[in-house]
Amino acid sequence: MERIIEQLPRFFTLDNMVLLAQSAGLTLAMTAMGCLIGFGLAFVLVYLRQTPGLWALPLRLVCIAYVEIFRRIPFIVVIYLVLFFIQTVTTDASLFTIAVIAICIYAVAYTADIIRGGIESVAQTQVEAATAMNFSRLRTMVTVVLPQAWPVIVPPAIAFAVSFIKDTALVSQIGVFELTFRGKELNNQGFSALLVFGTIAFCYFLMSFPLSMLGQYLEKRLGTPRGQRSARSIRNG
Amino acid sequence: MAHLAVSDLHARYGTVDVLKGVSFSMKKGEVIGLVGPSGSGKSTVLRTLVGLTPASAGTVTINETVIDFSNAASVRLARDQMAIVFQQYNLFQNMSVLHNVTVAPTKIKKWPEAQVRQEAEKLLAMVGLADKLAAYPDQLSGGQQQRVAIARALALQPEILLLDEVTSALDPELVNEVLDTIRRLAGEGISMILVSHEMAFIREVADKVIFMDEGEVVEEAPPETMFDAPTTDRARDFFGKILRH
Repeated sequence: MERIIEQLPRFFTLDNMVLLAQSAGLTLAMTAMGCLIGFGLAFVLVYLRQTPGLWALPLRLVCIAYVEIFRRIPFIVVIYLVLFFIQTVTTDASLFTIAVIAICIYAVAYTADIIRGGIESVAQTQVEAATAMNFSRLRTMVTVVLPQAWPVIVPPAIAFAVSFIKDTALVSQIGVFELTFRGKELNNQGFSALLVFGTIAFCYFLMSFPLSMLGQYLEKRLGTPRGQRSARSIRNG
Repeated sequence: MAHLAVSDLHARYGTVDVLKGVSFSMKKGEVIGLVGPSGSGKSTVLRTLVGLTPASAGTVTINETVIDFSNAASVRLARDQMAIVFQQYNLFQNMSVLHNVTVAPTKIKKWPEAQVRQEAEKLLAMVGLADKLAAYPDQLSGGQQQRVAIARALALQPEILLLDEVTSALDPELVNEVLDTIRRLAGEGISMILVSHEMAFIREVADKVIFMDEGEVVEEAPPETMFDAPTTDRARDFFGKILRH
C-alpha cells in the first residue's frame, strides 16, 4: 500500500495518462470497427443463409457452418489463426488490421444469430403481404422486415459490442498497443500491478458503462410500439 | 372469353394434397363467393393464384395469358393483375396508413408519386379513413386495419381482387364496416373472389357461388340455387348445418 501511495505522483503523470487514453482509444476503435463491419457482414450472411431453392443449398450450408464453427472457437485462437494466416500471405498488414479482422470474424458469427433471431421475430405474414405485391426478396428484407426487426436486434447487438470491449484485451497477446498491453508495459516499468491494473480496470469500466446504459435505454424505448414510432419519426426527420 | 380461368389446379403442403384439381372460370366484373368447410382449400385457391402457395399442377389463365407457376416472371405477371386481402390484414407495421397504401404503387409499379398519393387519399376517404393517413396500424381497430388493407389492394388497380376471409378476425361489431366497403366495390363492377363464412353477405353480393370440399369444387351455382336448393349431398349437408341456426 505504501508503495502504491509512493508511486502515485509518478504514475499519474500527463504522459502516462495520454498513453492510457491513446490505448483506450485504440481499444474502442478496434471494437467499433470490428463490430460494425462484422455486423454489416452478418446481415449479408443471414440474407445469404435464407436464400431459397435447392441450388442455394451449398451456400446455406457454408453460412451455417461458419456460424457454428466460429462460435465454438475461443477468441484467442481466432486471433492467432488470423495472425499466422495473414503473415503467410503478406508481411505488410499491421497488427491493428489483424486485430480488427479477428474481431470481425468473431463478431459476424455471434451477431448473425442475433440478426437471425430479430428477422424471425417478424411475422411471416408480413413477408407474404409484400410477396403478393411483387416485392423482391431484398426489398422485402430492407423495407418491411428489417425496420421491424431492428428493435429486437439492436439491444443485444450493443450488449455484444460492450462485452467485446473487454474481450479485445486478448489481442494484447499479439502485441497491439491497446489498453491491456499498455498496462503490462507500465507494470514492467516497475509500477505496482495493483495500481496499474486497477487503473486499467477503471478505464474499461468507463468505456463500457455508458454504452451498456445506452443499450438498456434503447431496449426499454424500442420495447414499445410507441417508442418505435417516435424512433422512426426521428430517423425519417 | 373468360377473365380468369382456373383449370385442374393442384397444390400440396408437404405430402398433403390440399387442392385436387380445382376448375372454375370468372367473367369480368363478376363476384364469386368461394365457400366450404374449414380445410376445404378455399384460401389455398387464392394463395395459389398469387403464388404464395406453389401450384403443383394445372393452369391459370388471366386475360388469355397462361400463368406458369414454375416461372418467376410469369408469377410476377399474375401478381401484377391480382391483389389479395388477408384475414389478418397484414398491414406493414412499420409504415403509416398512407405509406402502406402507396408503397407498392410507387416502388413496384413505379407510378408517379403525386398521382399515387392522390389516388391513395381518395381510396382511404372511400373506406372512411381520411383522418387516419398518418396513423400506424397498431393504433387502429381491426376493422379500420382491414379497410386500409382493402384500400392498399385497390391502389394497385388489380384486375381481380381476392378477399380471404377478410371479416373472420374481426369483432362482430366491426364486421359491417368492412362488408359495406366490399358491397360498394361489388356495385362498382370490380371482379372479386370472396372467400367467406358470411353466407348472407355472399348471397347478397355474389353472382356465383362455388362450394368446395376436401380440395375439390363440389358445386357451382347462382347464390339462390346454392343456398336454397343445392344439388349435391355434400353441399346440402354443409348448408343444412350452417344455415339451420
